[in-house]
Amino acid sequence: MKAVISVIGKDTVGILAKVSSKCADYGVNIDDVTQTVMQDIFTMIMLADVSNCKIDFNKFSDEMQSLGEEMGMKIHVMHEDIFNSMHRI
Amino acid sequence: MLNTNDILETINMIENENLDIRTVTMGISLLDCIDSDIDKACEKVYDKITRYAYNLIPVCEEIEKKYGIPIVNKRISVTPIAMLASACQTSNIVKFAFALEKAAKTVGVNFIGGYSALVQKGFANGDYALIESIPEALATTDRVCSSVNIGSTKTGINMNAVKMMGEIVRKSAELTADRESVGASKLVVFCNAPEDNPFMAGAFHGAGEPDCVINVGVSGPGVVRSALSTPQAKKLDITGVADLVKRTAFKITRMGQLVAMEASERLGVQFGIVDLSLAPTPAIGDSVANILEEMGLETCGCCGTTACLALLNDAVKKGGVMASSHVGGLSGAFIPVSEDDGMIKAAQKGVLTIEKLEAMTAVCSVGLDMIAIPGDTPAEVISAIIADEAAIGMVNFKTTAVRVIPAIGKTIGDSVNYGGLFGSAPIMRVNTASPAEFINRGGQLPAPMQALKN
Repeated sequence: MKAVISVIGKDTVGILAKVSSKCADYGVNIDDVTQTVMQDIFTMIMLADVSNCKIDFNKFSDEMQSLGEEMGMKIHVMHEDIFNSMHRI
Repeated sequence: MLNTNDILETINMIENENLDIRTVTMGISLLDCIDSDIDKACEKVYDKITRYAYNLIPVCEEIEKKYGIPIVNKRISVTPIAMLASACQTSNIVKFAFALEKAAKTVGVNFIGGYSALVQKGFANGDYALIESIPEALATTDRVCSSVNIGSTKTGINMNAVKMMGEIVRKSAELTADRESVGASKLVVFCNAPEDNPFMAGAFHGAGEPDCVINVGVSGPGVVRSALSTPQAKKLDITGVADLVKRTAFKITRMGQLVAMEASERLGVQFGIVDLSLAPTPAIGDSVANILEEMGLETCGCCGTTACLALLNDAVKKGGVMASSHVGGLSGAFIPVSEDDGMIKAAQKGVLTIEKLEAMTAVCSVGLDMIAIPGDTPAEVISAIIADEAAIGMVNFKTTAVRVIPAIGKTIGDSVNYGGLFGSAPIMRVNTASPAEFINRGGQLPAPMQALKN
């Protein structure tokens, strides 16, 4: 199963490193990353394969959310189907 | 890979524009719970509901996590209880309400709908007893919702039921006078009631429905309002506005369809319908009135409101209908006064009146909804409001409904406050010239020519 991990917030050092190492800890493989910084707002979208995730998807989602809170950013983990169904016919 | 802007758009809709799934409603048929002994029937009702819906809440919570989309309400609708009551040899029908309440509490749903009767062409056994028990049922339970269908395009309007419902609405308010007359907020009087409506308080599980079904109601006025408030949208002519609403409604509904399919698969229950309604909340900006104002009205309720609402209601359907395999329920724009921040403000200013709301109900998806009226409004005036609304629904082949709250002990200038999704409502002025003689005639208002389509 593929999930979209989105990270939004003020740009600081090491965002990508922190998020990706947390993913690695749980066996989540990152397939693709795009990131932009616009007027100090950092936006990163990751497409990740969570089929080999070591913990339950809900727990992983909670873990990422609390990581976001520690970093002062917003992190969402959502199944890719919500975007596919909303934006593709 | 997915387009970054699309992803951010979705996240923004959920985070900032109050996009959510308003309700996942499980419809359960209780026809096999009928028993001449009401205590046995109640036991069967409780057992069946708790057996079918035991994992409704956990499954919905898993789906919320998976897709990151809030599912605000999880609810249950059941077969109109009057059908069960008809077999019982007792007049103490209110026991069914207690059984429903107990089942709702056990499975954890916040509302259960179906304490209902369908009397559009007359009263069957059980209907009278059920309707008479409604005020007590609503006063002694928290989660049970009630509805009565008093008319349809095919049958005309049962004016005896209309007279009765004016009194029942008043009594429901009186018995809960110490709680802002909340009883009346859980009672809907319908014309052309849909049998697969997932939204409360009017949800019930029609007799033609399968044993168990999942119906989903989407939301999203905030998303539509936001789409119309961009500088690019401000330059559009009205055709462009309709097109933009359609595209937005499509996206909202696709999400509803996704959640509905997933919930039905996980629960092992047939997927029923997605209801495309734009259901407002008291949250700032999540308002149907604000959408109309974005179209160019100074305040909702001014001249032009009905035209804008007609456009909105139609565009929502056109956008949504392609996004879902089965569309049903009410599907359109709701205009509940107390639940819509913009409507509340417009009513407080005096721009939005009951007469204007009545006109709006000819083109919106429901009717006079969550409107607080003075506590001394006579029952026959409430009956006449119901008759007017039912006539609009009957002639236009659409659902109309009345959910007015006679706020006992209050009058113009006061308001009722419920908090949460029910919001607050200023008491609105009602024309009290007496329609008593008309209401007291009784009888059946004949079905219109529109009914003769065969």
